[in-house]
Amino acid sequence: MSSALLIEQILNGLQFGVMLFLMAAGLTLIFGVMGLINLAHGSFYMVGAFACAAVAAATGSFWLGLAASLAAAAAAGAIVELLVVRRLYDRDHLDQVLATFALILIFSEGTRWLFGSFPLYLDIPPVLSGAVDLPGGARYQLYRLAIIGVGILVAVGLYLLISKTRLGMQIRAGQSDREMIGALGVDIRTLYTVVFALGAALAGLAGALVGALQSVQVGMGEPVLILAFVVIVIGGIGSIKGALVGAILVGLVDTLGRFLLPKAFALAMGASQGATVGAALASMLIYIVMALILAFRPQGLFAANS
Amino acid sequence: MKFTREILINTVLAALLLAMPFAALAMDEPFYVTLATRMAILALAAVGLNLALGLGGLVSFGHAAFFGIGGYAAGILSTHALNMQPLLTWPFEIESSEQMLVAWFVAVAVSGPVALAIGAISLRTSGVYFIMITLAFAQMIYYFAISWPAYGGEDGLSIAMRGTFPGVNTAVPLSFFLICYGVLMVALLLFACVRASRFGAALQAARQNETRLAAVGIGPFPVRLVAFVISAMVAALAGSLYADLNRFASPSMLSWQMSGELIVLIILGGTGRLFGPVAGAMLFVLIESVLGGLTERWQLFLGLILLGVVLFARGGLIGLVAGKSRHG
Repeated sequence: MSSALLIEQILNGLQFGVMLFLMAAGLTLIFGVMGLINLAHGSFYMVGAFACAAVAAATGSFWLGLAASLAAAAAAGAIVELLVVRRLYDRDHLDQVLATFALILIFSEGTRWLFGSFPLYLDIPPVLSGAVDLPGGARYQLYRLAIIGVGILVAVGLYLLISKTRLGMQIRAGQSDREMIGALGVDIRTLYTVVFALGAALAGLAGALVGALQSVQVGMGEPVLILAFVVIVIGGIGSIKGALVGAILVGLVDTLGRFLLPKAFALAMGASQGATVGAALASMLIYIVMALILAFRPQGLFAANS
Repeated sequence: MKFTREILINTVLAALLLAMPFAALAMDEPFYVTLATRMAILALAAVGLNLALGLGGLVSFGHAAFFGIGGYAAGILSTHALNMQPLLTWPFEIESSEQMLVAWFVAVAVSGPVALAIGAISLRTSGVYFIMITLAFAQMIYYFAISWPAYGGEDGLSIAMRGTFPGVNTAVPLSFFLICYGVLMVALLLFACVRASRFGAALQAARQNETRLAAVGIGPFPVRLVAFVISAMVAALAGSLYADLNRFASPSMLSWQMSGELIVLIILGGTGRLFGPVAGAMLFVLIESVLGGLTERWQLFLGLILLGVVLFARGGLIGLVAGKSRHG
């Protein structure tokens, strides 16, 4: 095993983690401010990917597609908030789970209706295609590095938004006491719509960015959604910092586990059996990590409202 | 016992479900026997979940794990029996068997300890955390099943021969339906007994007010844990029947959509009601087959119906017909 390969896998893990962060940040914001568990968040991821692929195919420009993905996901988020989610804030979690589960069915089937069952493909923009040389002799795909860069930018942007702006102040106030900031004259209903659309746009961005690496298809959002749940459970629900740490942790543990565990077990148990056991264990690894963290810290690493 | 409208509805539902396969055979539509069997099995799984979700207020989004474990128990036993392999060779040899009763026993015996472990960790948390953690554990088992090649991996596991039952030819669809119906009735009886017992009272009190329950000297945690384990065992039993019905143990039985569907069944029928899962399962399978026959996009309409029920008809079908339940 060369160090170049290991560096490549670490970067893959970071890229995966950054993508999970984009999903988890929205989920955790929505839960923190509105107390809503949103299963349909994966649908916004899918909407973003489809919007990007469709617009990029029609205009030939990835960047227009990226803008379209942000707009489409934010619009879908705002519409869903106004029509459905608004009625769910004072319901119990069971109703929220069911209503947003119903939304998944509607979004998935609706997208299949519009775009058909065949996956769409999205090309990496020419500027970002190719690979770069890293110190130590490794070469790495430029596009994946760019995703890591975007993730860092979004993390910094979110930090500035939440800690330095008026909107961020209202979001933080909403997290600690919803009734109070309503009583102080903040238009809480608009704030909710804005936060929901912002979360949806982040998910759409993640979908569009990943769409160029994988095929764009119906049902792509749900596996990512469940991983994003794992991330925010580990990080502590409502905490953006927790989402960032949790996402990077899950990204690295999952990628490195899939890379290293089969090799480690192959050394111990012989090539074929070891690779099988290692691969099976690697697919469960992040859940085992989650269980361990929860066994010691049931509220996650950075619980926001404790 | 007072004869309420709910008891009347329950009797009608039980009779309807029982009559359906006979009517189907009389009309020479054997497909509907399978449909009725599917209803009975899904209802059984949902009765199990209703114990945790309806009585205990534990929104488990991971009961597909137990449903699937039951399915794989039936599948693995059948595969071993077909190839004349022992089930275990270490620490002692255990012969495999094609007896359905053995598959049920294995399903329950395996799902119990798994549920105990998952429950012990998940029940340390509550609310949204609990929902997400049960979901995550079910995903863990799902990924284990698809990445473990010995029992089919992503392709699932075919069951060459439906399990046998003493004195009954299970290959006859009607006989198999009657077995499933019988198990469902026993499970409903169990549910009614649990609900009426001291344990059931503690479980419902844990849902309504945890602090008060603790104040009378009963810790909520063990009560919830036991309910979670029983609930998982019933779901596993249903899973074993489901695999026998389809003669296929599929990884999709472990998927998160399955967990979602089980919750949907309960809500459609009425949360915490004795026959809520039965009404929900009958309605769900009916919607699925009627809409599925009309349009390829039936899931879109299922989503809209579900959204309507959650937003506007909160008591589910039983609540709509029989009125509010007497105990919140």
